[in-house]
Amino acid sequence: MTAAVELRGVSVHFGQTCALSPLDLTVARGETLAMLGPSGSGKSTALKALAGFVRPSAGRVLLDGEDVTDLPPHRRGLGVVVQSYALFPHMRVADNVAFGLKAKKTPRAEVARRVGEVLDMVGMGAYARRFPRELSGGQQQRVAIARALAIRPNVLLLDEPLSALDAALREDMVAELLRLRAELPDTTLVYVTHDQSEALALADRIAVMCNSELVEIGSCEELYHRPAQAFTASFLGASNLIPVELINADGSRVRFGDTELSASPTGVVRGKSVALGVRPHRVGVHAEGTAGSFPALVRGIQWRGSGFRLDLELAGAHEVRAEVPSMDGLPGVGGTVGVSIPDGCPLLAVP
Amino acid sequence: MKARLGWLLPPLLVLLGFFGYPLVLIVHQSLVSESGEFGLSVWTQVVTSSEFVDAAWRTLSIAVGATIGCVLLGTFLALVIAFVPFPGARALSKLVDTVLAFPSFLIALAFTFLYGSAGLLGAGGFLYSQWGVLFAEITFYTPFVMRPALAAFSQVSAAQLQVAASLGARPWRVLRQVILPEALPSLASGACLTMLLALNEFGIVLFIGAKDVITLPMLVYTKGIVTFDFPEACVIAVVNVVFSLALYGVYQWVAKGGHRAAVDAA
Repeated sequence: MTAAVELRGVSVHFGQTCALSPLDLTVARGETLAMLGPSGSGKSTALKALAGFVRPSAGRVLLDGEDVTDLPPHRRGLGVVVQSYALFPHMRVADNVAFGLKAKKTPRAEVARRVGEVLDMVGMGAYARRFPRELSGGQQQRVAIARALAIRPNVLLLDEPLSALDAALREDMVAELLRLRAELPDTTLVYVTHDQSEALALADRIAVMCNSELVEIGSCEELYHRPAQAFTASFLGASNLIPVELINADGSRVRFGDTELSASPTGVVRGKSVALGVRPHRVGVHAEGTAGSFPALVRGIQWRGSGFRLDLELAGAHEVRAEVPSMDGLPGVGGTVGVSIPDGCPLLAVP
Repeated sequence: MKARLGWLLPPLLVLLGFFGYPLVLIVHQSLVSESGEFGLSVWTQVVTSSEFVDAAWRTLSIAVGATIGCVLLGTFLALVIAFVPFPGARALSKLVDTVLAFPSFLIALAFTFLYGSAGLLGAGGFLYSQWGVLFAEITFYTPFVMRPALAAFSQVSAAQLQVAASLGARPWRVLRQVILPEALPSLASGACLTMLLALNEFGIVLFIGAKDVITLPMLVYTKGIVTFDFPEACVIAVVNVVFSLALYGVYQWVAKGGHRAAVDAA
């Protein structure tokens, strides 16, 4: 089966600046791929190359097996939703949604039917006669999604669609997007975000990007539980990276200081520098001197309601972040605690 | 309350002294005939004269023609500067601002050198006709449309244009349905301003020296300064002021978004 979306060695340069290093990527029909990374990681550029808004310096873009690299955006038939909504301010909601259908010369009755259908789908049916400026941010984004869906695109591109909304609304919208997703089983979604929780909630697979490059791609579970790259582990779940030495070739035994630990190797080659990825909630924090623990200085304590976040400093100035449910029996800032690292943490390649 | 009045009074007096009083004088003068009678006799005499009717008609048609020409040319040039990437677009946009600062007669003078009977590209009587004046006014006033047009076009976000294209709209449709409607209030206020200025244009007409192109401001000048027919000059001046004020009202309404309000109400 041909992939719905395929990028073959697509790179983008603006003058001397490299915005995207050669990228290979395929997305299957009906799949949701999240492109996750910090700003400047090239994720939005990849999306723009896909939509035809920027021309790749090299490589080919394929949709359903057809090479569209040289096609302008209006002939690619993709749905696009952007962070700023980009609704047409002088048009009512219904006219915004009808825009693409009219551009495609759809018969009038069909336009009206389709506009009503997609507006109902995003729960905005009652707002058809409003102007965009009369809607809240969340409502505007729903309309923008309806506008993109009206043309029945095979592929829907979402570029940071929830980033302009406040936190509570963002969570509602994730639930909403999941519901929409279930209604559109054949639509391929490419979702660009810097928010790991959105990516984990929505995506089948995640492509982690950094410095204009693809770092790692895999299913959410693979990347969360068994990341191969240190960047993935720290970006997706805020892992501590604890530098260790390999004891045996397969990486199942490692050494930190004088202590041996068992690790879960993820295909790291011997000779590279490696680190253990330890999530904050898996770091054990005990009273000073507890057997099998490393002494650590408490640098900072933040109360987070459901628990405490500790900034700790191990011998050798390694910073470690830990999360504990309570501070009972633990000293305050400036005190010393014992830190233990559980067995079986993933062994990661450090670039 | 008293303090506020104290602050208000001086500027109010200046306003009345320098603008109100002369205006009242002009209106009063227009109502007094040469024999000293007070009434509308001068008005009926002027308003029914073919000289006045011709000048009013000519003034209006030149102003309307110049406005249409400026809007078409200005919108086109602003579109090119705003949306067609080429080196020097920014410099060109700055140049537009510079032209706004020029006195209008400079254009007329340059035209005389270029197209006048002794000019480089002298084309006979063309320059000294109504068309010559129209051509010069379009040249001079086009930047007055381009400036607001450029400002409006820069407000249209790249994301809107990209999304419109992704929805299947060709560039022509994007221009017609996204860019121009969003810029319409700015274009309309630019057009009003141009028409207002063209209606009162004096320097260009005078400097081009087209003998047969008598506009209302030219007529005021002739009556008031050349033939000392003061009451008649005042009547024409008052008519010109009324034209201008009416147009200024429209300009204010458009600039305040009256257009958008009307669309909302529809």
